[in-house]
Amino acid sequence: MEILLSIAIGVLGACGVWLVLRPRTFQVLMGLSLLSYAVNLFLFSMGSLSIGHEPIVAPGRTADLAHYTDPMVQALVLTAIVIGFATTALFLVVLLALRGLSDSDHVDGEADPS
Amino acid sequence: MELPLLILLPFVGSVIASLFPTHARNAASGFAGIVALAVTILVARLYPEVQAQGVVQWRLAWLPTLGLDFVVRLDGLAWMFALLAAGIGCLVTFYARYYMSPEDPVPRFFAFLLAFMGAMLGVVTAGNLVQLVFFWEVTSIYSFLLIGYWHHRRDARRGAYMSLAVTGTGGFLLLAGVLLLGRVVGSYDLDAVLGQGAAIREHALYPLILALVLAGAFTKSAQFPFHFWLPHAMAAPTPVSAYLHSAAMVKVGVFLLMRLWSALAGTEAWFIAVSGAGAVTLLLGAWCAMFQRDLKGLLAYSTMSHLGLITLLLGLGSPLAAVAAVFHAMNHATFKSSLFMAAGIIDHETGTRDMRRLHGLFRAMPITGTLAIVASAAMAGVPLLNGFLSKEMFFAETFYLVAHPAIQYALPLVATLAGTFAVVYALRVAHGIFFGEPPDRLPHPPHEPVRWMRVPIELLVLACIAVGVAPALVIGDVLATAARPVVGGTLPHYDLALWHGFNAPLLMSLLATVGGLLLYRALGGRLGSARFDVPPFVPIDGQRLFERTLAWGDRMARALARRIVVRRLQPQIAWMIVLATIGAALAVRETGLQWGDRQRVAGTFAVAALWTVGVASAVAAAWLAKLHRFAALTMLGVTGLMVCITFVLFSAPDLALTQLVVESVTVVLFLLGLRWLPKRQPGLAPEASPRQRLRRARDLVLAVAAGAGLATLSYALLTRPAPQSISPFFLDRALPEGGGTNVINVMLVDFRSFDTLGEITVLGAAALTVYALLRRFRPPREAIAMPAQQRVVLEVAATDLVAPQTDAAALTGYLKVPAVLARLMLPLAVLVALHLFLRGHNLPGGGFVAGLVVAIAFIMQYLVAGASWIEARLTLNPARWIAVGLLTATLTGAGAWAVGYPFLTTHTAHVDLPLVGEMHIPSALFFDVGVFAVVTGSTLLVLLALAHQSIRARRAQAAARADALAAAGTAAIATTAAGAPVATTLRPVEG
Repeated sequence: MEILLSIAIGVLGACGVWLVLRPRTFQVLMGLSLLSYAVNLFLFSMGSLSIGHEPIVAPGRTADLAHYTDPMVQALVLTAIVIGFATTALFLVVLLALRGLSDSDHVDGEADPS
Repeated sequence: MELPLLILLPFVGSVIASLFPTHARNAASGFAGIVALAVTILVARLYPEVQAQGVVQWRLAWLPTLGLDFVVRLDGLAWMFALLAAGIGCLVTFYARYYMSPEDPVPRFFAFLLAFMGAMLGVVTAGNLVQLVFFWEVTSIYSFLLIGYWHHRRDARRGAYMSLAVTGTGGFLLLAGVLLLGRVVGSYDLDAVLGQGAAIREHALYPLILALVLAGAFTKSAQFPFHFWLPHAMAAPTPVSAYLHSAAMVKVGVFLLMRLWSALAGTEAWFIAVSGAGAVTLLLGAWCAMFQRDLKGLLAYSTMSHLGLITLLLGLGSPLAAVAAVFHAMNHATFKSSLFMAAGIIDHETGTRDMRRLHGLFRAMPITGTLAIVASAAMAGVPLLNGFLSKEMFFAETFYLVAHPAIQYALPLVATLAGTFAVVYALRVAHGIFFGEPPDRLPHPPHEPVRWMRVPIELLVLACIAVGVAPALVIGDVLATAARPVVGGTLPHYDLALWHGFNAPLLMSLLATVGGLLLYRALGGRLGSARFDVPPFVPIDGQRLFERTLAWGDRMARALARRIVVRRLQPQIAWMIVLATIGAALAVRETGLQWGDRQRVAGTFAVAALWTVGVASAVAAAWLAKLHRFAALTMLGVTGLMVCITFVLFSAPDLALTQLVVESVTVVLFLLGLRWLPKRQPGLAPEASPRQRLRRARDLVLAVAAGAGLATLSYALLTRPAPQSISPFFLDRALPEGGGTNVINVMLVDFRSFDTLGEITVLGAAALTVYALLRRFRPPREAIAMPAQQRVVLEVAATDLVAPQTDAAALTGYLKVPAVLARLMLPLAVLVALHLFLRGHNLPGGGFVAGLVVAIAFIMQYLVAGASWIEARLTLNPARWIAVGLLTATLTGAGAWAVGYPFLTTHTAHVDLPLVGEMHIPSALFFDVGVFAVVTGSTLLVLLALAHQSIRARRAQAAARADALAAAGTAAIATTAAGAPVATTLRPVEG
């Protein structure tokens, strides 16, 4: 399972990096989304990978990471998901404004002349 | 206590003065005058106390942990300077009332003037050195504002900038010096520093401290080689020159030298640096003053020269010289500010300050002339005036100095020479302007000014005469009080008499006076002529040096920026990824990379299949994003769902919920954005150049490297034993202290609620920014027209998605069944959200998820019915949701203060409700309400703002087209698409 998840994270990350390096705004936006998936999963996997150990307190269960998954990384990732949406929206609008100004959807307004 | 009022009053007055209407000249000047007068009276009334106790102070704990107190400390020296700053400030406000033109925005002027006065008082009464430097910088800033008061004039802007650059740099160096001084002494307290003079002078850091402190003092007091800014500061209104450049700001530098005299003076380094700079400035200033054409320029150079004299005296290191320095500082302030004011009157009444055109004015302005002549005589050091006394003391000090023979002979010579020049430039003012041929071709016919404009000069000249005639009686006591703290408590013996018998200083005075008279007679009218455009024998032009240095710095900065700054986004991202990858690789090399032996979770076929799909979609999204945006978006959604399922699988129900709803809104967001992107078709793109291919290869390598690194790190982390970190704390305390079993939610709204408050603030700010940016959004022309899909719909079909105006129109449209369903779903969705919200504290759910669910429910209505239809029936006002949410969250947090707990402390109330039974209502619930409202509002604001672009843009276009049609008077232009009859024109949209 671990190897599966880490390969998935790696591929998502690679696709994200490839896309953010592309010249078109839509590609960059897609890339950011993929990168944020990869990063969120990566952060999430920092805790521990366990099945059936939701961090919801049950009476009689010892309060340690052997009996629950790590709640801290989950709290961090939760806010990251929501903030990720806000920044994606912001970036989208900035790129739209750029498109209106430069008449092109190249991230720098036009291809590098040099 | 009155002491803090000394500083507070001018600053408060400044704020109030700035609120007067722009042209309220009388009110603003009257108010400023009253404030200045009140401060003057306050200072004057403190004299008996200062004289009796030596030091009066008021202390306020400022940064007690650093041992810093805010101390207002008034000793004799501070008192004397405070009186000069307040008293002359008072006269200047009075004078400025008549000087300033009714067109000038005077409240601003008086506000700056009062604030400057407050800063001056802050410097002189500072009881610790950091405080002193703080106010020092404030004087620099207000001096900048005052010099640049007529900011429409280029010379004013340049002069202001130059003065700020020079004095600001000096202030910065002074701060460094003061910090070192505090380190050496162990305290910034002035008393402590003054008490450890010997230790400071012997310390290894003494030369550095001295250099830094002197840099501060010399820049402020325009001492060589930092003197050049002062003449350029003459672009200021004359009242400012009379105040800042005679009595106040330029005196701050010599004040600092006096203040620290007992701590720093007496060494050879001090003698060479301070006396050297003073002597050069004394001579240079006097020499240049002789050749000026501008009356204020002459006075500026003369000020420089007199400040040089004071500096020279302080540099000599003998207590008697220090007393003379204090005395001359007082005298100079009185005669120089009266001269500046007289110069202002001449400028005001004749329209020029050019000394070549000013002559024979005495007949037209006899009273002003008399006052100016007396003040010039004081400046030249004529007996029976105050300037004479301190000049005699200065001559005596230079003559009786015991030092290296070369210095011993040179110094009296320098002093006499400077005295001679002083007589020449004083004669140019007193004789050149007022006598000689009658004036002609002046811009205004000269005449006496308004009676009251002269009053400040009269008072100052009266002081000059009173001190000059009966010094011991008038000023003896004050001088003793002021000079005592400078020399460290014990005054040397001196005699403030007019006649000391026929001695060397008197001979020097006679020589200087006779020499000056002869020189003036010989050169006279030629001094201001074109031949002396630049004063002869002055090799260094400080101003040009300054400008060259600035230009050089500018060029260097630009060159550096060109080399190292990349403006384009693409290389920036590439570099970021390269550096991050290298950084991670280096970190791995440091610690080593090995797999751990944590117990593995067994893989299943289902998960493998799931992730095969997820990964394939991600690759497909990357592949398709260039030409097939919609398909790529769909693929992205698939990957998102896989992530969501992974969260479910590995015990993170809250994350899964959040991911699911965020996924939905993100897709809507992208769909709205797609609308504005340019068309791209496979055939249109030109063949990739070799350069592009190379670039793609590079990006592929980067992507694979970054991805492989991420996978490796992730695998290493997943196989090593996970640290317990601080998580068990949260698991342990969630129920007993947070009152909820869902640890994630308790963390978000309780343990880490401050963090969450920050997050929702960012969320709201991002949404508002999106909204603000879109208000100014100008979509590209070709994207305004309706998309092809909408254009094929018949106008008579009048679907609600095109432009529903009425209920009837909405009924005839398409998507009718989904519309009904969506409307039915709305209350249901709200119910689900409520459920998720309420159970959030104990089971998966909470404010974030609930907010997003409500937002999606509304967005769905928009999707099926169109914005106009919805907004005719429903007012959402998302910005208000954000505001209410933030307020609720913040007030909940602040509520804890009311009962004496820190911000955001949670309290749980236990209430018994009929039927329901016992309820736990934690205050975190209200915090969660805030989170909910902000999330709902932000999401809706972003999506609706984007959605409205289509309507807005089309409305604008329709209006433009309607105008064009009306003008042309022609029928509509028909267009066809896909062979179907099409709507010929857009229907006008109301509103």
